[in-house]
Amino acid sequence: MNQLVWIFISAMVINNFTLYYFLGLCPFFGVSGRIDTAFRLGLANLFVLLITSTCAWVLNTFVLPHAPYLQLISFIVVIASTVQFVEMVIKKLSPALFRALGIFLPLITTNCAILGLALFQTNRAYSFVEGIFFAVGAGAGLTLALVLMAGLRVEAELSDIPAAVKGTAMNLIIAGILSMAFMGFAGLFSST
Amino acid sequence: MAKDSSQAYAEFAKGLWKENPVFVQVLGMCPMLAVTNSAINALAMGGATMFVLLGSSLLISLLRNVIPKQVRISTYIIVIATFVTLADFTLKAFAPALHKELGAFISLIVVNCLILGRQEAFASRNTVGMALADAMGMSAGFLFALFCLGSAREIVGNGSFFGFPLFGPNYEPWVIMVLPPGGFIMLGLILLLFGAIKQARAKRPSETARKAA
Repeated sequence: MNQLVWIFISAMVINNFTLYYFLGLCPFFGVSGRIDTAFRLGLANLFVLLITSTCAWVLNTFVLPHAPYLQLISFIVVIASTVQFVEMVIKKLSPALFRALGIFLPLITTNCAILGLALFQTNRAYSFVEGIFFAVGAGAGLTLALVLMAGLRVEAELSDIPAAVKGTAMNLIIAGILSMAFMGFAGLFSST
Repeated sequence: MAKDSSQAYAEFAKGLWKENPVFVQVLGMCPMLAVTNSAINALAMGGATMFVLLGSSLLISLLRNVIPKQVRISTYIIVIATFVTLADFTLKAFAPALHKELGAFISLIVVNCLILGRQEAFASRNTVGMALADAMGMSAGFLFALFCLGSAREIVGNGSFFGFPLFGPNYEPWVIMVLPPGGFIMLGLILLLFGAIKQARAKRPSETARKAA
C-alpha cells in the first residue's frame, strides 16, 4: 500500500512529468493561455494516460516478451488506435463528456508524456495496479503543472514586461522557476 | 545541375540558421531540455536525431508517390519508430554507458515534433536529394542548438567542458543549471539573447533612415 502511495506522489509532484522530465511540453506552452482550457486538457491527458498504462501493461505481459524489438512501434500503434476507439465510444455514449474533453484527444494521442509513461512503466517493471497509480499520479501532476502555468501566464499578461522578453523566453523562465519550486517536494519522503 | 546544387545548399543552410528548429521554431523541446546537462550527452542526442531524420526523410521521399494520403501520418510514425529502434539498439550495443544516461529519451525521439513535421512539410513533397539536404540542415541546426545548450549548462553548472575542469578548484558550480530547472532557464536566456539581437537588427535600418531624412 505504502509503495502505491509513494508511486502516486512521486509521479505527481516530485518527478513531475512536465517540470522534471520535460515531457508534454508542447501543450504545456501551447494551450496554457487560459486556466479552464488548461484544466480540461489536463483531465483529457489523465484519461489518455490511464488507457496508455493499461495498453502498455497488456503489451508488456502478452506480446513483447516474444518480440522485444517491436516495443516502440507497437506502443504507438496500439495506444493511438485504442484512444481513437474510446473516443468514438464516448462520442456515442456521452456527448457532453465528448464536448468537454474530445477536442483534445487527437492532440495528445502521441504526445511525449503518453509514450514516456509507457516507457517508464516498462523500465521500472510496474505491475498492473502500480501502473494505474503511476498513470493517475502523472496525469494529476500534468494537470497541476498546466493549471499553475496558465495562472502565472494570465498574471503575466497584466504586468509590464519588456518586449524582448515576452513570448517563449518568458514562458521558459517562468517554467524554470516553477520547476525549482517543485524541487522542494523532493524532501517529502526521506529514506531514513 | 548548378541550379540544383545551389537550391540544395539553400535548403541545407536555412535549417542551420534562419529556420533553426530550436532557436526560431522552438520544436522538439522534450528531448532537448532533458538530456542537455552536458556537452557529450547533447552531442549523442543530436547525432541520434540526425540519423533518424536523415533515414526517415530518405525513405519517405522515396515512397512519397506510393503512400496513400489517408494513412500518411501513421506511415510516417511507423517509419520513424523503425529508425529510432535501430538507433536505440545501436547505441545500446556500442556505447552502453551513454545509452544508460540518456535512458528512455532516445526512444522518445519518435514523438519529436521536428521529425514528423519535416516529413509532412518537406520530405513527402520533394525529391530525394532535396529531402536529404533539408534533413541534413535541420538536424545540423538541431545538433548545433543542443550543443550550445549542453555546453553552456555544463560549463556554468559543473565548471567543466566534455568532463575537463575549466576554472580550477575555487570555482563554485551553479548546480541548478545541470538540474531540470536550469534547462528551462538556460534556454529562456538563450532565446532572450536571440530576441534582443533580432530587435536590435530591426531597429538599425530605421535609425539610418531617420538620419538620412
